[in-house]
Amino acid sequence: MTAVHVSELRKEFLRRNGRRVRRERVPALRDVSFTIERGECVAILGQNGSGKSTLVRLLSTLLLADGGSATIFGHDLGRDSRAVRRLINRVSVEASFFKKMSSAENLAYAARFYGMTPAQTGPRIPEILERVGFPASRRREPMENLSRGMQQKVALARALLTAPVLLLLDEPTTGLDPRSRLEVRDFIRQVRKTHDATVLLCTHDLDEAEALADRIGILDRGRLVCLATPEELKAAYGVETLEGVFFAATGRALEDDEGEEE
Amino acid sequence: MRGAAQSLRAELVGLAGVVERNAYLVRRYLWWELAFFLWTVANTLTIVFIAEGVEATGGRIDVQETTTVLLIGAVMWAYLGMIFEILTETVAWERWEGTIEYTFMAPLSRSVHLAGMGLFAVVYGLVQSVLLFAVVASFFDLSLPEANFVGALVVLAVASVSFVGIGMMTSVLPLVSPEKGTQLGFVAQGVLLVVSGVYYPVSVLPEWMQWLATISPATYALEGTRDAILAGAGLGELWDELWPLFVIGAVSIPLGLGVFRLGERHAKRHGKLKRSG
Repeated sequence: MTAVHVSELRKEFLRRNGRRVRRERVPALRDVSFTIERGECVAILGQNGSGKSTLVRLLSTLLLADGGSATIFGHDLGRDSRAVRRLINRVSVEASFFKKMSSAENLAYAARFYGMTPAQTGPRIPEILERVGFPASRRREPMENLSRGMQQKVALARALLTAPVLLLLDEPTTGLDPRSRLEVRDFIRQVRKTHDATVLLCTHDLDEAEALADRIGILDRGRLVCLATPEELKAAYGVETLEGVFFAATGRALEDDEGEEE
Repeated sequence: MRGAAQSLRAELVGLAGVVERNAYLVRRYLWWELAFFLWTVANTLTIVFIAEGVEATGGRIDVQETTTVLLIGAVMWAYLGMIFEILTETVAWERWEGTIEYTFMAPLSRSVHLAGMGLFAVVYGLVQSVLLFAVVASFFDLSLPEANFVGALVVLAVASVSFVGIGMMTSVLPLVSPEKGTQLGFVAQGVLLVVSGVYYPVSVLPEWMQWLATISPATYALEGTRDAILAGAGLGELWDELWPLFVIGAVSIPLGLGVFRLGERHAKRHGKLKRSG
């Protein structure tokens, strides 16, 4: 069954350029097409500014596309956005929370929007926090007292609390220490096994992509230039590493900064 | 039928979640709440002392009545400020914390989300307004033997529907202008009250402003609460103020939702939901 079907998706942003009064249209995604099967994990690699976050935001119904179409488990993003929202959740690079509220309060707030009552979240929140490696005894501490790694674990817990069938991960381990990165990766593997979740992972971490994804795509300046298994990509470009694949496909190294993304 | 009941239940849980979150935030910022309450008391006193000031400088006025008129106007000003502030925070605070994208990608309908904010704003505003009235009144030797406080609260509650509708319109402004949108809520509050006779009768206004007063819910809210507190008007006598409030409320809520949806669409088209600095 197809979980995600994206067809010629296009997004542009208006940007004021220097002293020019008129704003110009800057393409963020250019006719991107791909599909993800149910239960699959697809990683999209790209530099900063390549359009990864724009893609995740479009699939999260947080942006409106300028062209093309996309469906999540058969529900159209534009026409049936509420049905899409019931199926998805997202973890982004910024673990955004009400900083004065505790992790338990933040999770309860998020869960209510998905119809979860206090009777349901009461036992579920400590349970899910334990699962992501967050000490449940700290769940009443304000978020501002927690480290970046701890906050990101709470962000994972928030996404999983609502049992999404499509998990959108936008650089979920950026800024984490090596140990936290490995914990998060293990957790993503575990979620795929236990929840039958489909995962779209946007990252600029080659190791992470190779470790987690069934297929890897490369997004370059808004264009999806390839999408295949790591072995197929290496064979197609005649290289031995994903780094080599990226260089061959885009003409640049992944670390080269392309600029801030919208 | 069962599906519809489940969907309604989920929406009600979401609405309660919005109220619950605001209660958490009030608790976390309790000292700030107290500080702002003190500021509101001080601000209200600066207005209400005017009546005694006029008498002290030789003016011939009914100090009791003028003090009460000013007190009601100042409390209404504060109440409207609280409603608009909480509704505007729907966007502004969440945008600042970065949570707005998670809230807006949740499957809760926007009307229920805003209704939750409106419900909290009204309850919070009413509690603070009652306290404000009591605290400021204690500074003056006010005698209100005929006051119908229940009637005044009914007028305020009915007017709140319209205020929430207008608040929904102003709450979208931070999406359109992240830097200055919040302040525009204060502009709306000021404009609404200046044409509504906040500290003076509407009849002293220029004719075009008097016309605006007829479509402002604050006009009827001020007249109704003053009639109830000063003259002890019962609900039957307050009907002249209540029915326009019902009509304006019936128009302003769908209008507010429509404006908010337009703003949300604009933000999603131009990528303005994301926090930028």
